Amino acid sequence: MGRSIYRKLDWTIITCYIVLVLFGWVNIYSSLYQEGAFIFDFSMEYGKQIVWIGSSVVLALLILFALPPKIYAAFAWWLYALMGVLLIAVIFIGANIKGSNSWLQIGSMRVQPAEFSKITTSLALAHLMSSKFDFSFKNRSDALKAFLVLLLPMLTIVLEKETGTALVYLGFLLMFYREGMSGWILIFGLSVIGIFIMTLVFSPYISILIVVGLVSVFVSLVTRKKWVVAVIIPIVVLLGFIPSLVSDIGSVEKPATEIVSMEIDTDDAVDELASIADSNMVSAESESPSKSAVVLRKFFSRFPAEIWLVFALAPLILGFLTKSLVKRQKVLRNAMLSMILGICLVFSVDFLFDNILKDYQKGRIEVLLGIKEDPMGDGYNVHQSMIAIGSGGFFGKGFLRGTQTRFDFVPEQTTDFIFCTIGEEWGFAGSLAVLAVFLVLLIRLINSAEKQRDRFIRIYGYCVASILLMHILINVGMTIGLMPVIGIPLPFVSYGGSSLWGFTILLFIYVRLDLERWR
Amino acid sequence: MAPSRQRKNVLLFSIIIVFTLIVARLFNIQIISKYYRINAENNALKYETLYPARGLILDRNGQILVSNKITYDIMVTPVEVAEFDTLEFCSIFGIDTSFVHSKFREYRKYRSRIGFQTLPFIKQVSGEHYNIFIEQQYKFPGFSGTPRTIRTYPINAGGNLYGYISEVDAAYIKNNPDYKQGDHAGRTGMEMAYEEQLRGEKGYNIYLRDAHNRIKERYEEGEYDKAAVAGKDVTSTIDAILQAYGEELMQNKVGSLVAIEPSTGEILTMVSSPGLETSKLAEINKYYQEIVTDPYKPMFNRAVMSPQPPGSVFKLVNGLIGLQEGVITPATAYSCHGAYTVGNLRVGCHGHPSPLDFRRSIMMSCNTYYCYVFRAILDNPKYEIIRDSFTKWKEYVESFGFGMKLNTDIPSEQAGTMPTAEWYDRLHGKNRWRSLSIISLAIGQGEIGSTPLHLANLAATIANRGWCYTPHLQKEMPDNPIDPRFKERHYTMVDTSWFECVVEGMYLAVNGGPGATGRLASVSGLEICGKTGTAQNPHGNDHSVFICFAPKDDPKIAVAAYIENAGFGSTWACPISALLVEKYLNGEISKERKWLETNMMNGYLLDRVTVSRR
Repeated sequence: MGRSIYRKLDWTIITCYIVLVLFGWVNIYSSLYQEGAFIFDFSMEYGKQIVWIGSSVVLALLILFALPPKIYAAFAWWLYALMGVLLIAVIFIGANIKGSNSWLQIGSMRVQPAEFSKITTSLALAHLMSSKFDFSFKNRSDALKAFLVLLLPMLTIVLEKETGTALVYLGFLLMFYREGMSGWILIFGLSVIGIFIMTLVFSPYISILIVVGLVSVFVSLVTRKKWVVAVIIPIVVLLGFIPSLVSDIGSVEKPATEIVSMEIDTDDAVDELASIADSNMVSAESESPSKSAVVLRKFFSRFPAEIWLVFALAPLILGFLTKSLVKRQKVLRNAMLSMILGICLVFSVDFLFDNILKDYQKGRIEVLLGIKEDPMGDGYNVHQSMIAIGSGGFFGKGFLRGTQTRFDFVPEQTTDFIFCTIGEEWGFAGSLAVLAVFLVLLIRLINSAEKQRDRFIRIYGYCVASILLMHILINVGMTIGLMPVIGIPLPFVSYGGSSLWGFTILLFIYVRLDLERWR
Repeated sequence: MAPSRQRKNVLLFSIIIVFTLIVARLFNIQIISKYYRINAENNALKYETLYPARGLILDRNGQILVSNKITYDIMVTPVEVAEFDTLEFCSIFGIDTSFVHSKFREYRKYRSRIGFQTLPFIKQVSGEHYNIFIEQQYKFPGFSGTPRTIRTYPINAGGNLYGYISEVDAAYIKNNPDYKQGDHAGRTGMEMAYEEQLRGEKGYNIYLRDAHNRIKERYEEGEYDKAAVAGKDVTSTIDAILQAYGEELMQNKVGSLVAIEPSTGEILTMVSSPGLETSKLAEINKYYQEIVTDPYKPMFNRAVMSPQPPGSVFKLVNGLIGLQEGVITPATAYSCHGAYTVGNLRVGCHGHPSPLDFRRSIMMSCNTYYCYVFRAILDNPKYEIIRDSFTKWKEYVESFGFGMKLNTDIPSEQAGTMPTAEWYDRLHGKNRWRSLSIISLAIGQGEIGSTPLHLANLAATIANRGWCYTPHLQKEMPDNPIDPRFKERHYTMVDTSWFECVVEGMYLAVNGGPGATGRLASVSGLEICGKTGTAQNPHGNDHSVFICFAPKDDPKIAVAAYIENAGFGSTWACPISALLVEKYLNGEISKERKWLETNMMNGYLLDRVTVSRR
């Protein structure tokens, strides 16, 4: 003990917090600035944000000095349960704002319980995983409980049509990983996303090839049969060309059929077309002297290329699977199973994409992956946001001088797209500075959590870091076109009472718990 | 390393990778790519064009001939137009709803090309209409008013000289890329010739606009705005009083009246009658149909565009060539008995004393004399065949400016016509023509066609005794120099010494007493020298022609008058020219000649003209 509480407080975290909140307010002010604007105009968001900042400071002080730290562990389940009730309640009684049912209207105040549910979930998970002495992800019932605690609020929030906020909960997987969850789950998750993107951007055929290729290379490396790699890669590359070869054979006859149909339409062009037809006849004769190519093409065109690929791969995969089961080769077995799973996933992508996702979500993903360009529709937000950030240059246009954010080109410029104002008015330098502050905060949180002797506090610390990381990644990634448009705030910076309160409480509970180290 | 520690490092490493990805992306879009910066400007900057005041056109004494007045254009930005009350809109401007509908049909058709552009909707709305519109503008989103200046003409004279301005079309923009749709440019006359000086420079105000295209504020407090630079005033050589007087004299007649200051080549007056009223010039679009369907073709500047046979005034040129070629001397006399007759050919003449020497042949305009002269030139033994002598003759004639453009600053100037040896070869067979075949040229008839400006230039050349400056309409001012081509003396191929006796002949033609053809031009004290002409015309009455200059030894003004189908040169063209000279030199017409002025002004000769001629 001995040292005063002020010296014990983690001032690095607090400084990061203060810098971000104040800089956030500056940018909220700037993105709404009109000539003759008055800072304390409480009808404007920058005026209201002063109130939110003030009340957040009060909350932080309460947490630091008034509330006993023991209550968090003690009431974790109660709070978690209470929040669960609230989350479900808003589905039915919540105010519908911009298509989501996540807001609770109390008088003129609006609160979004989902913002606070991150705290209660963190506390609940920390409590669950620390209260049992031998909690381990290797123990199935323990793991099941942890995932259940995570999934319950997540699903409720999806039902509130706040899919974006629900995605943030995936961040807890990072904490799970730190606490012993198998890294394969993370790799599996990333692979699913990867297959999804590959299938949408390229084709199912290419996607299957890559899956099979990667798994095979992995197996051969693990089983120390490195020579197999040298065989697999050329085979995969060769197979990659087959669909284009097949379509080349098909293209020989295709124009001729088109000409027949066109001849009916226009009389003038008959002569010209006749000459084209002649030349096609010549080329057809020279390139496919026998009818066998045509027959072959007709045969292959019965199924799409990826089906033929599966026909070809099926005996191999099933053969190796049987072999692995007989000889109890775990690696080979898992590899073959994941191949099968991967191939199934490839075939379900179109179904998932078309049937599970909503139109606007599909649009956002298509724009992100560059499948379609739609700067006036689904791509508008990101296009304008990138214009705003991109036009900032190195040092930015200067405070109050952004044209894109201030003049409503960028939507939601004080909340979800606040990073645009930073990028436009403060440029690359300013964006980098903000990101640096976030990075310092994250690293500090992780290092600090790692030092904790109390498991509850450590787990909670990792929860805080994971949530912040997900928010930063999704929010900033969205504004620069790295992520699909998912409407979640940038912690401490974006306008909004719920979000600022939520993040303040989340962070300062940790700062308070951190003091326990000194006892 | 404990597994937990390793996992912490994996997490930290992942975080750093994520941040690096974000920073790399930011670096790409903020520093490397220019795409976003350009888009941001297109997004947010709105340029408001400031149109400059077009330069004025002044007369040689500083009197304003062409100036500006403000009217208003109603502009529309089709993408911003919301539903509005078409009837109310139309009632403000007194237009038909079908006009609005057809406009919007067009906008829909070309909507992708129009995009966010603002286009002119109704042009040149009056101040009252504009004020009503401004009060009600809020009802018509997407519409706005822009003041712009149009031309106004304080005195109704010289309409054919100034030309008109109109909005540039696609073809014009293609040839002049620094013009944009909605800009105006001079399309004829001085407006066209001096477009570069008159147009000025457009400026712009830059505004910031928001996503809804609303103007928010000045960009950088107007730092990058550009003020419009008014066009330069152009001083013309026209004498406004004389021009107006000339037009008065020429009213109800078809023809031209051109006056040049011989010592400078400055055009003092150029009348083409019937001419264009300046009030119609200002709103050319409105009157365009009326103007082009007028049988008298008021837009047609006869003074530079109408080639006609010069008639007897051309004898002066033939006489000068004869003197220069040495086939006659001033003392050479030929006798005339009412006609020049060779075989079947007969060129008639009028009654006059015989024989006549060179000076008196001009005074009395003897046809026979010039038939002899012309044949002497062409049948000169110096040349082996007529082809050579004719070509030489043609060169002489061309050195007076005939048969070619004088290269003035009048855009519509025509070259006139000039026969060539080849032309006669085709007509008569190669070398199958003789001097007699083309004898009409001796008296300015036949295949030669000259514009009234050619004749005025001839008068100025003789007044100067053998040289001239290219006639022009822009007067040199200290701050606005004229083109160097107008300061270059052009000499004819005839020695200057031969001109004196021509001048004397012209002096006699006006002041020589009985037998002189231009007696009506005689004004005491002015020493007018002139030459009449009566140009035969297969389509109708003869054209009345007269050229003159005065005073004889210090010429201040040279005039050519060409009055179509008016008859003898001495009855119309001669007195009209003389009145113009008197007005210019004396400022007013003397009492004794007032009757003549009245007669000339009241003369109504339009019905003599067969309008379907052209």
